[in-house]
Amino acid sequence: MSEWSKAIGGFTGGKGAVETTSGNRGLQIEEPLIFEQGQDGRCGVDLPALPKSAERLGGLARKGAIGLPGLSEPQVVRHYTRLSQKNYAIDAGLYPLGSCTMKHNPRLNEKMARLPGFGDVHPLQPVSTVQGALELIDTLAHWLKIMTGMPAVAMSPAAGAHGELCGMLCIRAAHIARKQDHRRRVLVPESAHGTNPATAAVCGYTVDSIPADAEGRVDLAAFKAKLGPDVAAIMLTNPNTCGLFERDIIEIAKAIHGAGGYFYCDGANFNAIVGRVRPGDLGIDCMHINLHKTFSTPHGGGGPGAGPVVLSAALAPFAPVPWVVHGKDGYAVAEQSGAGNEAFGRLKAFHGQMGMFVRALAYMMSHGADGLRQVAEDAVLNANYLMARLKDDLTPAFPGPTMHEALFDDRFLKDTGVTTLDFAKALIDEGYHPMTMYFPLVVHGALLIEPTETESRESLDQFIEVCSALARRAKTANDAQAWFHDAPRYTPRRRLDETAAARKPVLRWKPEVPAKAAE
Amino acid sequence: MRYLPLTSADRKSMLAAIGVAGMDDLYRDVPAAARRTGLVDLPAHMGELEVERRLSVMAAKNIAAGSVPSFLGAGAYRHHVPASVDALIQRGEFLTSYTPYQPEVAQGTLQYLFEFQTQVALITGMEVANASMYDGSTACAEAVMMANRATRRSRAVLAGGLHPHYRAIVETYAHYSGFTAESGVPDPAGNEDLAKRIGADTSCVVVQNPDMFGHIRDLRPLAEACRKAGALLVVVVTEVVSLGALTPPGEMGADIVVCEGQSIGNGLNFGGPYVGLFATREKYLRQMPGRLAGQTVDAEGRRGWVLTLSTREQHIRREKATSNICTNSGLCALAFTIHMSILGEAGFTGLAKLNHALAGTLADKLAAVPGVSVLNKAFFNEFTIKLPKPADLVVETLAKRRILGGIPVSRLIPGKPDLANLLLVTATETNTESDMDALVGALKEIVR
Repeated sequence: MSEWSKAIGGFTGGKGAVETTSGNRGLQIEEPLIFEQGQDGRCGVDLPALPKSAERLGGLARKGAIGLPGLSEPQVVRHYTRLSQKNYAIDAGLYPLGSCTMKHNPRLNEKMARLPGFGDVHPLQPVSTVQGALELIDTLAHWLKIMTGMPAVAMSPAAGAHGELCGMLCIRAAHIARKQDHRRRVLVPESAHGTNPATAAVCGYTVDSIPADAEGRVDLAAFKAKLGPDVAAIMLTNPNTCGLFERDIIEIAKAIHGAGGYFYCDGANFNAIVGRVRPGDLGIDCMHINLHKTFSTPHGGGGPGAGPVVLSAALAPFAPVPWVVHGKDGYAVAEQSGAGNEAFGRLKAFHGQMGMFVRALAYMMSHGADGLRQVAEDAVLNANYLMARLKDDLTPAFPGPTMHEALFDDRFLKDTGVTTLDFAKALIDEGYHPMTMYFPLVVHGALLIEPTETESRESLDQFIEVCSALARRAKTANDAQAWFHDAPRYTPRRRLDETAAARKPVLRWKPEVPAKAAE
Repeated sequence: MRYLPLTSADRKSMLAAIGVAGMDDLYRDVPAAARRTGLVDLPAHMGELEVERRLSVMAAKNIAAGSVPSFLGAGAYRHHVPASVDALIQRGEFLTSYTPYQPEVAQGTLQYLFEFQTQVALITGMEVANASMYDGSTACAEAVMMANRATRRSRAVLAGGLHPHYRAIVETYAHYSGFTAESGVPDPAGNEDLAKRIGADTSCVVVQNPDMFGHIRDLRPLAEACRKAGALLVVVVTEVVSLGALTPPGEMGADIVVCEGQSIGNGLNFGGPYVGLFATREKYLRQMPGRLAGQTVDAEGRRGWVLTLSTREQHIRREKATSNICTNSGLCALAFTIHMSILGEAGFTGLAKLNHALAGTLADKLAAVPGVSVLNKAFFNEFTIKLPKPADLVVETLAKRRILGGIPVSRLIPGKPDLANLLLVTATETNTESDMDALVGALKEIVR
């Protein structure tokens, strides 16, 4: 902290910023915690008088105050409106976070999810009163099966990692049924998302890493060498986290099946191939679909997501409850595992992320068979266009064509003193959310850019010009290292000290710690 | 296509800039056998009006809980959510942002997560809380796995009064992750003795309060028994509003508290998305699953927030992570935070008292129906009644009269004749006196 900012209490603008009395800067308004704004006697709701009724809390009535602040509704509305203004969002601009598929979120989908017939239905109402809800789940399941060319789908997983768990447990259950449970080794490429090995571990498996070849794909010879009678499965992302289609995928599928294992495909990047390639035609056994990526249910600041898992005929019998059944009186739900089925168990209470199902189906119906194919093509076109136009100023990690995202490494920053992180932070000052940084791990200083299909050409051109200008500045400016390291300058906060946060964690507000002590 | 900005001219010139003849060149890495030329067998794109029309037809086939007298609970509760909550969470800056990987442009998300963590710690009476889980049921399974790590033991004791879906999830994780989950027998009378099931190898006892039948218990003796045996006490709360009226689990000696947070800020949504709350004691912090927002300072010394302690998480630790969880339930956590802020101390405790009083009123009315008895002495806003007929048949008959009268225990625990006549009934602030009278009147005729 500088002497200057200490002198004014550490509550005002950064170097070069306009100094204000309040610390605010126009639309950037300093906002204390909600806990620092309460007053006894204020409340944001008006509750009716209590009916007369004897207390029956078994002597366990709460004694003493909780410590929640009291605020009126306008104060709360202003507080969260101000907080929202400190966030970047797709609605505000290009959000090229690789492997996250930050595409436009149509508001029609929000409206549909809030129809009382979907949003205000209890999960345990008699099935006769929720036929439309079950029809919606069944319809979405049908679309997902057709799009992927797979015969079954488990709908209940709550997110991508939860879907991975679902798929891997289907595999484990299938091995148990085949008396092959001694198979406990799972092959995972080095470039995989961290959830893959973490999921395998939760399923009781050990993880064996497969190296990448020089072109960013699975090293086929190394993979085949690792096959053996103890291998349960391969977990492979396709297109992979380098944004590349695994050319040998059909051969990989044959090899893993030949060795008695199953093929888990991570569908995080399904957006690149939807309508162009059916994963079922590639020989996979299961794949989770991030509805919050490919099918545009909003990311919501980090969830909720939804991760249905499509399954091959070999794995379908082991899908977890619940699932929708076509009965003689309409739709019904199978809710009990072990009751005349081979379900591996249950992964979530009730029926899955219904609110996300409605949004995803609205999105899919809006696009239709023709539009979904166009989605994939435009996503791939945008990424390749971006790569073609940035290939001279930045350094592509692998030769193209790429799929829906463009991966660069940090060779273009060599000897500049500027890092991938610095480059990302400079982009923030230019009005962009940075790309994914330092992932995948197989590339040094990775910059993974996924523009998605909902960016216009003009939007891409502007972004490309900014990236090129920053790259040239890094290479040529005398003060490049210091200049980049100082970014971002125009954000509500400058770079934050993550080391200090981890060293002495402060994870909640406490009344005895005044804000000043944060220094 | 209204969501796709590229024009045919754009596409053509962009392909030229890339230096390829057509899209097939960009997909050339796809094996020939898997390339699809035609469209899949699904309808073509539709305008907004058409989508709205078709989905509205489906929605109209359901009975919305708010359109009829409705008394359903069992882990999902219908409460009134102030209009401002939904308006605020639909601000694009919240709705269309992602995990705050770049804290300088995500202080809004990080600050509300910090506020959420504080609210969760306060209402549960615990020291720390994470930035949310998928829902209460998955949080419960994560709590058991955390207790196994913290104690280096692998036998979890599950109360019979634990929600059957929660129990099934823990049993599923146990079966495949290699630990033991011993489930108790559901006791509708609420007299389960859990302490006697604790042994030297017990990692945790998982108890729901109020339990699935609505019974409330003083957990202090159980906490003491756990402490003596070196096991952790995991308390599950499926109706988070109850924390406004009841002694919090933290004060009764809980080591981990997990809650379904749906009641605050979030609608029924046919079961999801919901929001899991996860709180514990500071000494177990590094065993905790899920994301955490922490306070720090920026380069100018100003207070700010970041994601922290991520060395526990899968993107750093991979197969050695504390959990495979990545996405949490951010927007539902935001709805919770805003609703809780609007309620404040007076609103949250007042809402809880109102729920309890209304449930008391309903219990008294139902107890007066000939042939119906209330099993609970103590309850919060949900209790169990015994009917002279199978509850599932009664509920179907009530539904035909457009009353959602409760949840048959047999829906959750089928095939047990001794539970077949039991019905779980809930009252919240959304139930009026005339709703209650409609239920009571209909029941009188049906069970006669």
